[in-house]
Amino acid sequence: MHNKTIAELSAGLKNGDFSSEELTRSFLARIEKLDPQVNSYISVTTDEALSQAREADKRIAAGNASALTGVPIAQKDIFCTNGVKTSSGSKMLDKFIAPYDATVVSKFNQAGAVMLGKTNMDEFAMGSSNETSFYGPVKNPWDLTAVPGGSSGGSAAAVAARLAPGATGTDTGGSIRQPAALCGITGIKPTYGRVSRYGMIAFASSLDQAGPMERTSEDCALMLNAMAGFDERDSTSVEKDVPDYTASLNDDLKGLKIGLPREYFGEGLDSEVAKVIEASIEEYKKQGAEIVEISLPNTGLAVPTYYVVAPAECSSNLSRMDGVRFGHRCDNPADLEDLYKRSRGEGFGAEVKRRIMIGAYALSAGYYDAYYLKAQKLRQLISDDFKKAFEQVDVIMGPTSPTTAFNLGEKSDDPVTMYLSDIYTIAVNLAGLPGMSVPAGFVGQRPVGLQIIGNYFEEARLLNVAHKFQQASDWHQRAPENFSD
Amino acid sequence: MEWEVVIGCEIHSQLATKSKIFSGASTAYGAEPNTQACAVDLGLPGVLPVLNKEAVRMAVKFGLAVGAELTKRSVFARKNYFYPDLPKGYQISQFELPIVGIGHLDIELEDGSTKRIGITRAHLEEDAGKSLHEDFHGMTGIDLNRAGTPLLEIVSEPDLRSAKEAVAYMKKIHSLVRYLEICDGNMQEGSFRCDANVSVRPMGQKELGTRAEVKNLNSFRFVERAIDYEVERQIDVIESGGKVVQETRLYDSDKGETRAMRSKEEANDYRYFPDPDLLPVELEDDFIEMVRSTLPELPDAKKERFTEQYSLSTYDASVLTASREMGDFYETVVTASGGDAKVAANWVMGDFSASLNKDNKEISESVVTAEMLAGMLKRIADNTISGKIAKEVFEAMWNGEGDADTVIDKKGLKQITDSGAIEAIIDDVINNNPKQAEQYRGGKEQLFGFFVGQVMKATQGKANPGQVNELLKKKLNS
Repeated sequence: MHNKTIAELSAGLKNGDFSSEELTRSFLARIEKLDPQVNSYISVTTDEALSQAREADKRIAAGNASALTGVPIAQKDIFCTNGVKTSSGSKMLDKFIAPYDATVVSKFNQAGAVMLGKTNMDEFAMGSSNETSFYGPVKNPWDLTAVPGGSSGGSAAAVAARLAPGATGTDTGGSIRQPAALCGITGIKPTYGRVSRYGMIAFASSLDQAGPMERTSEDCALMLNAMAGFDERDSTSVEKDVPDYTASLNDDLKGLKIGLPREYFGEGLDSEVAKVIEASIEEYKKQGAEIVEISLPNTGLAVPTYYVVAPAECSSNLSRMDGVRFGHRCDNPADLEDLYKRSRGEGFGAEVKRRIMIGAYALSAGYYDAYYLKAQKLRQLISDDFKKAFEQVDVIMGPTSPTTAFNLGEKSDDPVTMYLSDIYTIAVNLAGLPGMSVPAGFVGQRPVGLQIIGNYFEEARLLNVAHKFQQASDWHQRAPENFSD
Repeated sequence: MEWEVVIGCEIHSQLATKSKIFSGASTAYGAEPNTQACAVDLGLPGVLPVLNKEAVRMAVKFGLAVGAELTKRSVFARKNYFYPDLPKGYQISQFELPIVGIGHLDIELEDGSTKRIGITRAHLEEDAGKSLHEDFHGMTGIDLNRAGTPLLEIVSEPDLRSAKEAVAYMKKIHSLVRYLEICDGNMQEGSFRCDANVSVRPMGQKELGTRAEVKNLNSFRFVERAIDYEVERQIDVIESGGKVVQETRLYDSDKGETRAMRSKEEANDYRYFPDPDLLPVELEDDFIEMVRSTLPELPDAKKERFTEQYSLSTYDASVLTASREMGDFYETVVTASGGDAKVAANWVMGDFSASLNKDNKEISESVVTAEMLAGMLKRIADNTISGKIAKEVFEAMWNGEGDADTVIDKKGLKQITDSGAIEAIIDDVINNNPKQAEQYRGGKEQLFGFFVGQVMKATQGKANPGQVNELLKKKLNS
């Protein structure tokens, strides 16, 4: 059952081929047996999952099941889940039991999905390798000496290792797409404002966006159908109708204009990765797509811009972790200042502290104009690049990440090199556009992801473009050797 | 040397919305600690603010009332600092683009002239919670009921030149926000709080002196005292060769002095930046016009009308329009009594206001309604009671003994207007005081008052004074 897609599981449940309880038990058993190798889960919610599964079975029997009723999924541990530990990968929230459900979580609950547990992640979503997690690094199921990418590394690894048919992720600078690429799965970061951020522990509020991570584009469409939509509790969510993302999956690609930004194929891109991407572009040509070379001239500014905007916002967003009302509190504080300093000093890891310091610096009096304000201006230039590009083309394609998964520990002492692994994904967040990563091949045994970027609210088109590729390829069906049966 | 005092005010006015500015929790005062703080107010991980449109409407209403430029696209910013009663570690406020821009307000000075005070800006922000230091044995309790309550911070230009002007300005704002029904103005509960920026400079000097910000002024009396103290202090510092330091000072009402806050309490770089969780507030013209159409008659216009319509003095008119409730009360009394507007003004400003003050009551809490007072004035007008007896009737009404007719009836206060009855009493009085009658008739006319007093005493004050005078004169002179 674990090799089936969500679409197949959904059909099987409705057919009565198996019950949600059986399905859930089988995944729980796999997690128990195999996850110690991968470390993709922070919490496994066995009892809750089984009780949700039994409810789902009743609902299926009663004939009012949705596409996701009874389907087990995993939630990134960044989403608040009522009564369940929600750590965001941090010691700071190691004992935090959320007293409410994130909007994304309650939407899945309403759809009748079963939550298997909460997946591992970089601390507060700050990282590209899942090595900053308080709960230890996640291993890449394709090669246990490699990182799975981050920050949604637990979700990506769990799906790749068949420890969940689908999972949620969040993407601030590539945190869905980069781990999807490195773990050989499919993931989509929707347009900023498409999915509610309520109950999602904020990293950088103007960039954060939740999305699904599955093995196929079709499964992403099913999951996004449940996740997307306006939420009155999130002022930045957009009041716009949600289409049925599965409806246009099979649309013909003849005449589709694909832009290839020359900046995405230059220096820094691994030549083997480039070959894989070029081969996948050939497939699109075969399907009748037209290739247009384009330029996104400000691409080089994306990483420096991001590393001002995101830390600035996070320095403020994480201020609430002060040891006063919830979260880690130091022992025997001498006074208020001691309480703050030690609680935060002990609760946060090194990368989080680094970003808080960068952000506080960028916002401080005398530096605000030179850093934060300048970064906002650059952000506009980066958006304008895309705007011009989408006057010419329908979608933009390129590599998701410049390399395949790197080795555990390889970049963990060199933050700047680590930051550059998101060089192709970050601009998409700065512009607020939807972006997707699709399995496109391998270099050795490590997967390569093809990134597809669309215009605002064109998720349906991205899913269609990805689905048609998957109809003609089997990269997304391959399983890592140790986790295939 | 002669010194000029320069004062600017910041007023925090709590907006009278039912729910908080960024959450659905209630803003009601006085609930058990932390029972009116929801997940958003607690700043739990993952929560997001959603702007309460009522707060925007109220801010716009204020802006229109002070003739201000409204910012079509105002922005909420985060003011970052750590404090236990500030749950998110930042306060959501407005910084560079406040919703209300430059406006003005006219105040009256003691000499009867008016002075225009500039309003720099007014912006929306959320209040913090409260730290409670008593009853926690060396620890601090945090009550977040107030966290997220909407505030409108109204900032004036440094146009005020004395403590008295500052108080007049604050009272005017206080009256205005209550007229507009955007703030209950309750200073004890902290719904209306003032800070004053005070500096002094040699008379004639153009540049401003260094200012100190005086905080914690929760009554108009304290405002005046604190500013006077602060002015004296600054002049002393300069005249003894020192320099005024720019700092925040707290007013200690027990000692009647200001003291500098510890530098730690204020040495903050707030690292303001636009709050990415909230969209800019876009004000549509239609919305502004809709709010404009709800503006009530404002204090200055009402005062003007009172002097014309009711022929009141400027002084009476300004007392009667000091609050919207007072103006409404007065007008109801005049209309319902159908009588003399000046008499009504005297009663409202006199016995009625004195009773409110004595019992520390608001008009809305008064047992004596405008209709009841009007009913009593009618009985004065139709001679059922005299003005003197009316004071007794009023007091009985104030004590809850019913309306004027009930009191008059129950206490038998109806004026004696039967001239036969009054004549009989006058005859008695004259007969009982033959010596005085003789003296009066002999030219000692000042004894007339004695006879009036005797008659009134005999009638327990119920005789119609006009009739008594007339009949007494006739009898004594016959």
